[in-house]
Amino acid sequence: MPIQYYIYLSLALFSIGIVGVLVRRNAIIVFMCIELMLNAVNLLLLAFSKMHYNTALLTNKETTAGTEGQLFVFFIMVVAAAEVSVGLAIIVMMYRNIHSVDVNFLNRLKN
Amino acid sequence: MNITQILFWFLSVLALVSALMVLLSKNPVHSVLWLIVVFFAISGHYILLNAQFLAIVNLIVYAGAIMVLFLFVIMLMNLSADTEPQKNVWMKLAGTIAGGCFLISACNVIYNAQNVSKEIAAKTALLNQGNIGLIGNLGKVLFKDYVVPFEISSVLFLSAIVGAVVIGKKEKNKV
Repeated sequence: MPIQYYIYLSLALFSIGIVGVLVRRNAIIVFMCIELMLNAVNLLLLAFSKMHYNTALLTNKETTAGTEGQLFVFFIMVVAAAEVSVGLAIIVMMYRNIHSVDVNFLNRLKN
Repeated sequence: MNITQILFWFLSVLALVSALMVLLSKNPVHSVLWLIVVFFAISGHYILLNAQFLAIVNLIVYAGAIMVLFLFVIMLMNLSADTEPQKNVWMKLAGTIAGGCFLISACNVIYNAQNVSKEIAAKTALLNQGNIGLIGNLGKVLFKDYVVPFEISSVLFLSAIVGAVVIGKKEKNKV
């Protein structure tokens, strides 16, 4: 499959994530859109990894080029899991204090 | 069109439509369920690219663990459609236009790049073949070359656990 299709698909998913972060005010949905953007980048990294492997395969049949891209995706997932746990704890604390998840209530940090 | 291409287009359309539904649905629980559909579609793409380890990890970590955490938090807060805070329509329009401008300009860059160089336009991602995404190869590289980042990520998880517990704890002596 040509690499452009994957680039366009990832760009579309990433832009939907950007629009979601800009448009929605619910903090949880903003957070979910950030996850969507992370996944778009993961998909693009994996597609480029297989593209690199495909190019290296022409010269060497036993090549393992492109493995690093897949490991980066793995590490991005690890960091995303840690990020989600802390972020949701922050949202729960915010809801406990101001009884809302509206991000516009956070424009003042004091009280 | 063979079966792989049909699957590619089907999964792409499924991912885009569900990603739009994440934005458009008013109820946060529906948004979470649509996001799970997006993750399943992306896992399907991973399987098409023959990255089976990442497909399974994506399903277990994202669709399994993270989304269940989101559902727990939403149901804990008892959010529903009528308590959803609304921005005014001009802010929504401005956000949509900003995202659309980003999409159009980035697509334009890619489109011009493939017109400039035939070499770039001919690059393809290998589907259904290649064993770099299998667990044997990834495990060897992960535990030989990338063992230090792997261990550091365990420290990151420990600090995330401690941070989540400290932040989420009820304050007893609140003034």
